[in-house]
Amino acid sequence: MNKDNQGVFIFAQQVDGEITGVSLELIGKARDLAQALDSDVTAMLLGYKLDKQAQTLVEYGADRVVVVDDPKLEVYTTEPYTQAVTAILKEYKPRIVLIGATAIGRDLGPRVAGRLHTGLTADCTKLEIREEDREFLMTRPAFGGNLMATIICPDHRPQMATVRPGVMVKEMRDPARKGEIVPFAVSFEENNCYVKVEEVIRKVTQRVDIQTAKVLVSGGRGVGGSESFQILKDLADALGGEVASSRAAVDAGWQEKDRQVGQTGKTVRPNLYVACGISGAIQHLAGMEESDYIVAINKDPDAPIFNVADVGIVGDLFKIVPRLTEEIKAYRAKQKE
Amino acid sequence: MNIIVCVKQVPDTNEVRIDPERGTLIREGVPSIMNPDDKAGLEAALRLKDSMGAKVSVISMGPMQADVVLREALAMGADEAYLVSDRAFGGADTWATSSTLAAAISKLDYDLIITGRQAIDGDTAQVGPEIAEHLGIPNISYAEGIEVQGKEVLVKRQYEDRYHMVRARMPVLLTALSELNPPRYMTPGGIFDAYREKQVVVWNRGDVPVADENIGLAGSPTRVAKSFPKTVKAPGMKIEEGVEESVQFIVDKLREKYIF
Repeated sequence: MNKDNQGVFIFAQQVDGEITGVSLELIGKARDLAQALDSDVTAMLLGYKLDKQAQTLVEYGADRVVVVDDPKLEVYTTEPYTQAVTAILKEYKPRIVLIGATAIGRDLGPRVAGRLHTGLTADCTKLEIREEDREFLMTRPAFGGNLMATIICPDHRPQMATVRPGVMVKEMRDPARKGEIVPFAVSFEENNCYVKVEEVIRKVTQRVDIQTAKVLVSGGRGVGGSESFQILKDLADALGGEVASSRAAVDAGWQEKDRQVGQTGKTVRPNLYVACGISGAIQHLAGMEESDYIVAINKDPDAPIFNVADVGIVGDLFKIVPRLTEEIKAYRAKQKE
Repeated sequence: MNIIVCVKQVPDTNEVRIDPERGTLIREGVPSIMNPDDKAGLEAALRLKDSMGAKVSVISMGPMQADVVLREALAMGADEAYLVSDRAFGGADTWATSSTLAAAISKLDYDLIITGRQAIDGDTAQVGPEIAEHLGIPNISYAEGIEVQGKEVLVKRQYEDRYHMVRARMPVLLTALSELNPPRYMTPGGIFDAYREKQVVVWNRGDVPVADENIGLAGSPTRVAKSFPKTVKAPGMKIEEGVEESVQFIVDKLREKYIF
């Protein structure tokens, strides 16, 4: 592929017509990269009967949106999506392609990279352009988060990366922003790789595995009893997260074993971990210190949990947590307006 | 029915420690295990074998030590085992690994190929779909349920907030989640057979029909530029204020970080 082209492309995932949050975060990151490369940002939007989504992508910072609108793309399946993305990339020959590390992106990404014979770096936490030579540096955790590795893709194009949701930061929406919206027709090739989605089953407010939850509100001995966990549950609901617990709370019978974080429980790495009434024994810390952002609330100012917390609050969780829940609900309600 | 299961030998990442001076992995004393998602995939294959009859072959790419996980698979009930092992294959990224494995698999008969969703040492989740791409067959990722119906397979495919029931004509490649089913244990008789009766067939460079430019480090589009230990973060801010101040402080910080 043409190495002179410096364009930065992102895959704008939509499900049921709704743009997935990580796509907007990718635009935010893509703008940084495009600025360093003196180029611009293009979003690839695939689906059927699309409407305002392209405009939304522009308002979040896409300079151009390439839209493929086709009945084959109504519900995600691997082959037609791969064909459409591949066709766009062959036409535009961008330098960089970013895809959200979602259940769709982690399926689509390797299939596209395989077809284009290029590299794909998974679950990047940092993406940057090296100033000296404009090399694209993709940094990701390896060996279960024990090590970080910076990956390059020197000779193949496009340079592809997936990014976990919540890692990059989206820009503020600006309705005044202008961008080009380009319809793109794909002539789909019929082959043996098509599959059929017979049924879509939505999960009903099931308990999410704490290892996949983006937000965890976790309680320890300081919570004092199983009923008191309700205030943690309320906060978790307001934040769109799950309740977890320390070993002490499980041993006391206040929480199920599958909620336990730590050496003898689960290792978690959410975007946000709120530790309530957890002192922070080393075994507990081992299971959660990789969390992206840690808030600790504890009445003991010397609790070891404060050594790993980004925000430490010395105080009474029974007063602070319910007020925090109210504030977050109020903020969320305001955002929706 | 012929089922191929791809397995990888991985260091137990729960046991991995980092040399803080050099920023490298301390591999000594770290147990090697069969990758958990792969093991769930193997169990799924063995259940299909139990219920409807199938030949289950396992294949791995790695150093000769990976023989151990293939013997484990044989002891669990797999029928045949293949180890793709050669220095020429070393240093491969996901593209070159999948091109090598796909070439090796193309020598075998298959209706169903099962890989784990991802390996715990790399967590890329790429090798399965890329093998399917190289073989020109469909793949269904994140399989949480598998049912074979005649020449088709019906798969419960997991997404964040939903499932798809996906039907595909075989041959097809599936990537298995650990949740798929709890793997069985090896039996004493199985272990005996794995070492005395059954074989691990080793395929070297010459046995795998793949071009030189598509294998090993040279065939890998990506390179590791550097690796380093995760920086230990300094403790953040700690405040001891009233309830309202505390709540406002948390809200401000979370908004700053775009956490909600």
